[in-house]
Amino acid sequence: MSDAVAVHGHGPAGEIAKRDFLKLVTGAAAAVGTAAVAWPLFDSMNPAQDVLALSAVEIDLAPIAVGSGITVMWQGKPVFIRHRTAQEIEAAQTVPLSQLIDPEADSARVKPNHAQWIVLIGICTHLGCVPLGNKPTDPRGDWGGWFCPCHGSQYDTSGRVRHGPAPANLAVPAYAFDTDTKLKIG
Amino acid sequence: MAGQLHDSDFKNPVIQWIDTRLPIFTMMQKEYAVFPTPKNFNYFWNFGALAVVTLVIMIVTGILLAMSYQPNTELAFDSVQHIMRDVNYGWMIRYIHQNGASMFFIVTYIHIFRGMYYGSYKKPRELLWMLGVVILLLMMATAFMGYVLPWGQMSYWGATVITNLFSAFPIVGHGIVTWLWGGFSVANPTLNRFFALHYLLPFVLVGVVFLHVAALHIVGSNNPLGIDVKSPQDTVPFHPYYTAKDSIGICIFLLIWAIFVFFAPHALSDPNNSIPANPLQTPEDIVPEWYFLPFYAILRSIPNKLAGVCLMFGSILVLFVLPWLDTSPVRSARFRPIYRREIWLLVLAVFGLGICGAHKPEGIWVPLSRLCALYYYLHFLVILPLLGKFERPLPLPESISKAVLRRGGGPLPQGVAAKPMEKA
Amino acid sequence: MRAVASYFAALLLGAIAATPAMAQEAPVPPPQQWSWQGPFGTYDLADAQRGFQVYKDVCSNCHSMNNLHYRDLAGIALSEDQIKAIAASVQVPQGLDDQGNPKDGPGTPASMFRAPFANPEAAKAALKVAPPDLSNIINAREGGPDYVYAILNGFTPAPPGFKLAEGSNYNEYFPGHQIAMPQPLHGGDVTFADGAPNTIPAEAHDVVTFLAWAADPHMVQRKQIGWRVVLFLVVMTGLTYAVKRQVWSDVEH
Repeated sequence: MSDAVAVHGHGPAGEIAKRDFLKLVTGAAAAVGTAAVAWPLFDSMNPAQDVLALSAVEIDLAPIAVGSGITVMWQGKPVFIRHRTAQEIEAAQTVPLSQLIDPEADSARVKPNHAQWIVLIGICTHLGCVPLGNKPTDPRGDWGGWFCPCHGSQYDTSGRVRHGPAPANLAVPAYAFDTDTKLKIG
Repeated sequence: MAGQLHDSDFKNPVIQWIDTRLPIFTMMQKEYAVFPTPKNFNYFWNFGALAVVTLVIMIVTGILLAMSYQPNTELAFDSVQHIMRDVNYGWMIRYIHQNGASMFFIVTYIHIFRGMYYGSYKKPRELLWMLGVVILLLMMATAFMGYVLPWGQMSYWGATVITNLFSAFPIVGHGIVTWLWGGFSVANPTLNRFFALHYLLPFVLVGVVFLHVAALHIVGSNNPLGIDVKSPQDTVPFHPYYTAKDSIGICIFLLIWAIFVFFAPHALSDPNNSIPANPLQTPEDIVPEWYFLPFYAILRSIPNKLAGVCLMFGSILVLFVLPWLDTSPVRSARFRPIYRREIWLLVLAVFGLGICGAHKPEGIWVPLSRLCALYYYLHFLVILPLLGKFERPLPLPESISKAVLRRGGGPLPQGVAAKPMEKA
Repeated sequence: MRAVASYFAALLLGAIAATPAMAQEAPVPPPQQWSWQGPFGTYDLADAQRGFQVYKDVCSNCHSMNNLHYRDLAGIALSEDQIKAIAASVQVPQGLDDQGNPKDGPGTPASMFRAPFANPEAAKAALKVAPPDLSNIINAREGGPDYVYAILNGFTPAPPGFKLAEGSNYNEYFPGHQIAMPQPLHGGDVTFADGAPNTIPAEAHDVVTFLAWAADPHMVQRKQIGWRVVLFLVVMTGLTYAVKRQVWSDVEH
């Protein structure tokens, strides 16, 4: 096998190299084209515009009395919004972190200057039931937060797990205050 | 013999492991790589491959559409609007699918014409041809039901007219129609079952296409000269020769399809179908999609309902027996001086029927549709059987490679004429 | 044989030539120039925004556009704040109240365009004939934008001797000339913030632009992608042709 032929690409081996180059370019272009077509087909299965439009929800906080909470649906999940009393806020803030099963400060779970509002995804971190505790008449467990009737997990006024079998605190969704009485979740 | 592995020629260990247990690679190599194919195909031979490409694209886009479509009369129209407006690239998938139906029929009609012109339906390819007619019928059923799904005015009224046809049959007619409807008119049960069947039939189609291609591979392809392959010099391996050639056809075909999808998506559709179905209001003109127009014209050309229905279905059923109606011993129209001109009259008649189908059955359209329908049947039932007996074919070339050497495949000089219609 | 073929061909060509637009008893609407025509067309967004104003202030009193949502208006370049304000200014169905009865509330961008009537039966009860939904009207009529424009401009007094039925209005371009809709535009029906003219033809032009966008909101993206696809396929055709020639260069064919 002549080295010169392989290097310079002339002669019959060069012809083959030229033929292969054309086929390579054509094949590569076809692959690029197929990928370019595949993307929109794949993307069509992503959430449609109407689903995305509902990915955020706005809540009017004015009707929620101190000490009570409501449940709203957001992205198919229940979200607890509770208007905490001064005692509930105090209880949440003064707990030493070492006593917590899943240590997390209350300040990390509320927005600055809005400590009276706790916003939580109302799905028990054990096996997914919806805990009770939004209405003042609901059982709230020993820490005054929420009580899960399925297996007895209990959460405090910051939504942190205090009694298992749940392993983690109730999740806090992304949210922001448009105004003091308008909450946007998502 | 249990425990016998297939003897595989592949070197790659992974491929070999699979191939010795299930010889799909050997099969692909045999049927699509080295498969000896006549070397004198013209571009008419592209259209079978184009039909397969269309079928695959229709299935992919169809499945994606089915993810968002709602087969309920209250929701169907709006679900299509949802696809067009809110689903990412939904408009594109829908336009590809909608125009793809038209592309599928264009490609298939040309493919059928190729078969007729070059005698590809003649022995030993009769079964291959009949499987093709089955494919055509499945395509027509699928397209008809698919058109109902968007639940526009034309969807509803087209479905009503065509399902009502079956009432023409004596005694059992009304029972059949009620059974088809699942009720007393085209309504929710009808829409639901049309969706189920529209999803199913394309996969049945895939099965029949497999049989169609398998039947082809047993006897080998026909070619423009209509003469049998005599030696390996007459053929080339399918890959890379025809994979390369088919690629060109695929690019041009996709280009035409893309022009419809992106620049003229409504060119072939009826404005009435952008109006939600209204059972209390019939549109001015009930017209099917263009690919059904010739059959629609035949249906309406006869004042008697049952006769119209029978002639319409008959126009496709007559294709089944074409291999036996055509008595000529010569396959390709290239060597049949009368047939090769007369077939264009058939084409003209079909186009004529198509134009008639688009107009109301009044005025000149009625006699014209009758004339064209008459010619259609004459061609198959009278002209073809007679032509075979009385036509004097041109002398056939000795072989494909010899004909190709003479650059044109025309008749050879005196004394070298071959026998017509060689046995396989 | 050739004679027979030519006879057929002549018959066919005659038939094709004799095919008028299926206008029946109304003239063909005169063709107009629209900004979105042709392979490079786009929607004139200023026209579309004014057209939306015409729809909102005039047409929406009778005609629904149930396939549109307020968030879609971003497609005619309205800002998020404008959209929120427009949506909030109308009362739309907002599910059920605590008693299980349907309730209304201010709209949000996710809301469907407010419909003037709860359903076609209510529309028919109020207006004798249910006005068609306008979401797809441009696609749903032969002649599309030219037709709708002609209808809006086509209200004239009935010619002498023409029998106008009770509750109908004479329209030059409506098939049969008797349309249930009373003349919607009289000129000066809306005042445009940008001072654009508000004559009947101007308002009609703007509202047709809006309706065309409403019927085909993705048109611009469609054509842009289309050019790329067509260009790519033209190049691919050239490449595959070159490969084919090369592959077949060693075969007599």
